[in-house]
Amino acid sequence: MDRLAFDIVVVGGGAAGLRAAIAAAESDPKLTIGLVSKVYPMRSHTVSAEGGTAAVMRDYDNFELHALDTIKGSDYFADQDAVEFFVSKCPDEIVQLDHWGCPWSRDDDGKIQQRAFGGMSVKRTCFAADKVGFHILHTLFQESMRHPQIVRLDEWFVTDLIQENGAAAGVVALDIRRGELSYINSKAVVLATGGCGRVYEFTTNGFIKTGDGMALAYRAGAPLKDMEMVQFHPTCLPGTGILITEAARGEGGTLINKDGERFMKKYLPSKMELGPRDILSRSEMIEIREGRGFKGPHGDYMGLDLRHLGEQAIDERLPMVRELAEKYLGLDPIHEPIPVRPGQHYIMGGVSTNLVGETPVKGLYAVGETACVSMNGANRLGSNSLSECLVFGKSAGMAVAAFAKRTGWPRGGAARDALAKQEARIFGGLLKREAGSESLSGIRREMQQIMERDVGIFRDEKGLTDACAKLATLRQRFANVSVADKDRVFNTDLTQALELDFMLDVAQAIAWSALNRRESRGAHSRTDYANRDDANYLKHSLAYRTDGAPRIDYLPVKITKWQPAERKY
Amino acid sequence: MAAENQVVFRVRRYQPQGTKGPYYQDFRVPYRSDEVVLDGLNYIKDNLDPSLTFRWSCRMGICGSCGMDVNGKPRLTCGTFIRDVSPGGIVQVDPLTGFNSIKDLVADFDPFMEHFLYVKPWVIREKQRPLSEGEYTQFPEELAAYRQQSLCINCTLCYAACPVFQGDNHFVGPASLALALRYIRDTRDEGADERLDLLSTPHGIWECTFVGECSVVCPKEVDPAGAIQSLKVLATIRHMRKLLMPKFASR
Repeated sequence: MDRLAFDIVVVGGGAAGLRAAIAAAESDPKLTIGLVSKVYPMRSHTVSAEGGTAAVMRDYDNFELHALDTIKGSDYFADQDAVEFFVSKCPDEIVQLDHWGCPWSRDDDGKIQQRAFGGMSVKRTCFAADKVGFHILHTLFQESMRHPQIVRLDEWFVTDLIQENGAAAGVVALDIRRGELSYINSKAVVLATGGCGRVYEFTTNGFIKTGDGMALAYRAGAPLKDMEMVQFHPTCLPGTGILITEAARGEGGTLINKDGERFMKKYLPSKMELGPRDILSRSEMIEIREGRGFKGPHGDYMGLDLRHLGEQAIDERLPMVRELAEKYLGLDPIHEPIPVRPGQHYIMGGVSTNLVGETPVKGLYAVGETACVSMNGANRLGSNSLSECLVFGKSAGMAVAAFAKRTGWPRGGAARDALAKQEARIFGGLLKREAGSESLSGIRREMQQIMERDVGIFRDEKGLTDACAKLATLRQRFANVSVADKDRVFNTDLTQALELDFMLDVAQAIAWSALNRRESRGAHSRTDYANRDDANYLKHSLAYRTDGAPRIDYLPVKITKWQPAERKY
Repeated sequence: MAAENQVVFRVRRYQPQGTKGPYYQDFRVPYRSDEVVLDGLNYIKDNLDPSLTFRWSCRMGICGSCGMDVNGKPRLTCGTFIRDVSPGGIVQVDPLTGFNSIKDLVADFDPFMEHFLYVKPWVIREKQRPLSEGEYTQFPEELAAYRQQSLCINCTLCYAACPVFQGDNHFVGPASLALALRYIRDTRDEGADERLDLLSTPHGIWECTFVGECSVVCPKEVDPAGAIQSLKVLATIRHMRKLLMPKFASR
């Protein structure tokens, strides 16, 4: 790499990062864009999204309805201006992807097909069989290659954000393959590194989802918003946590307990299996706690029954579900229900941004799961997240391009200082340290178990207080972790240590935000405060990093035309 | 779950900054019947030797990053059960054949990325359609014509299995050629002639000797071998057209 300076640096090569990079490139062919990703972009976790992408595409649907469904699903916690903006931009993104070659599933008349999804009141979810994230990611990645001004730095790991007079001025990154740190100057930085599911033990997220972008922004002084809002998906394979798409229920699949009962009729009779994810996950946990789960080697589980759909429908619209069940469980969903249980899937919270991805740090943008706009509030509806990556990827890409055009280059002193600091921390500290008393995998496992047990689907004061204390201890113990691999080239022992460092920050932000929200709302379910409390908590949490416990502040929820009401289905 | 068994992982090691060349190292790994080769590698990394180096992420056969040679055959390690590949109590794991090893089981992917880019994997049109004109009409049978080739996850197992690529790493290769056919068959694309000309070159389709191993190892049933044969037919038709009707060579 001969020139480590780009007008814009985008960190992350999933749907949000690629969409932002393409939008910036299209808005001005003279801008240079460095796309920095710790994996080759087509490995990004967008690839695992299965069910679909929401957008109003048909006469029977309208923006008002999509907005209301989203706001209601969010337990009236989404910023309504963000939701209105979002729903109005979704259809164009579906069409844009169609023009770029996305293999959307089609109706007999050749139009893009739509299916039912949880919490959506009409068929609104566009899909490409049940590999929607995969197809969207590959479509965007391949389209991005058409733009020579998008320069990819594949397998580069960002370790720090450079700030000059408080403004973002580039990143320090480890070229994993060469094992060298460099600074990359830029006028602006877009964080699009996805979620942080690996802070939990049982998650649908891939191994790379370690909250890097959230921690980078947090360390640079930007607040993390609504981090207590963590989504647990109701249909994950026990043991591995592999996701079985909500589309399985959208296409008519049912959930049963060990007595063969469709238990959702007790909890949500009007929506049954197509209720929002938070309600379904809690219902499953109650069934399991009350002894109505099937017994399995990886704990109790529920059954996802697709038998009545028939072989043809499953193969046409849910081929991946059948493939995953056959491969990983050795069972055919045509003949047997699939064992499922809830698992961490998504985080509604993230780096606090406005509608165009701007964070409170000048020149720093965030988009996708890394960000919290907030349009998902306390519970995201299935198929809104891919749309979110596209809509806000584009708006952030255009905004950052405009910003870069009117902004001068950083002077460079801050970059050299930041690089020296990272070299001392990583090569001088972590890598030089001789066998420490703590193991990387040991601390990671403890963190994941704490989060799973005390910051999971059901929470209370005692568990959360305990989790906060234990996470603080883990943070201290992390100082005694050593990296056994001393070879700098492709050192995944080192990158895993850096990821754990990031995850410990993110886990603390989640636990402290959860402790301080003494109500139940959406995915945040406190057994000691069972009700929603609009009088005291109709406000977003903002976690700021300090040397000790995070400082928690609040921001009002933006209400435009839908007054908060009880979430009734 | 079944009682734990023991197996020996025989792993090819290579540290570029070390003093010795590549070597094999044995690790004793406990496993259950529902565990895959990738689980075994992670057991080693977390419990026995943190320096063992390999790529992985999704562990559900869709990100394409964990391809390695298992007992000499290219496989996705997240989809290969230990119980199925350890008949003699030993599982041998090597980096994918045909690519240089950067370190241990990490293969140098750059040659593939060049071939991938070469086939122009995007929709080529003379004039871009404005967003205001809305979506294209594409009938289900038109989607079906390229759907199979659109399922490639770029895991490169097909390159590791391809004897032609082993002899000449300039060969554009199975996955990239299948991708070319995917766009050629897409009704939204107008780049067929341009791509067929790119592929009718010394390192293109005619180098393929139709051994078919690429389709055997493909974890997503993309059938690159079949795709390459289809490209040969299309290229031949285009060539004949050029000879016989030079004026109408382009569609």
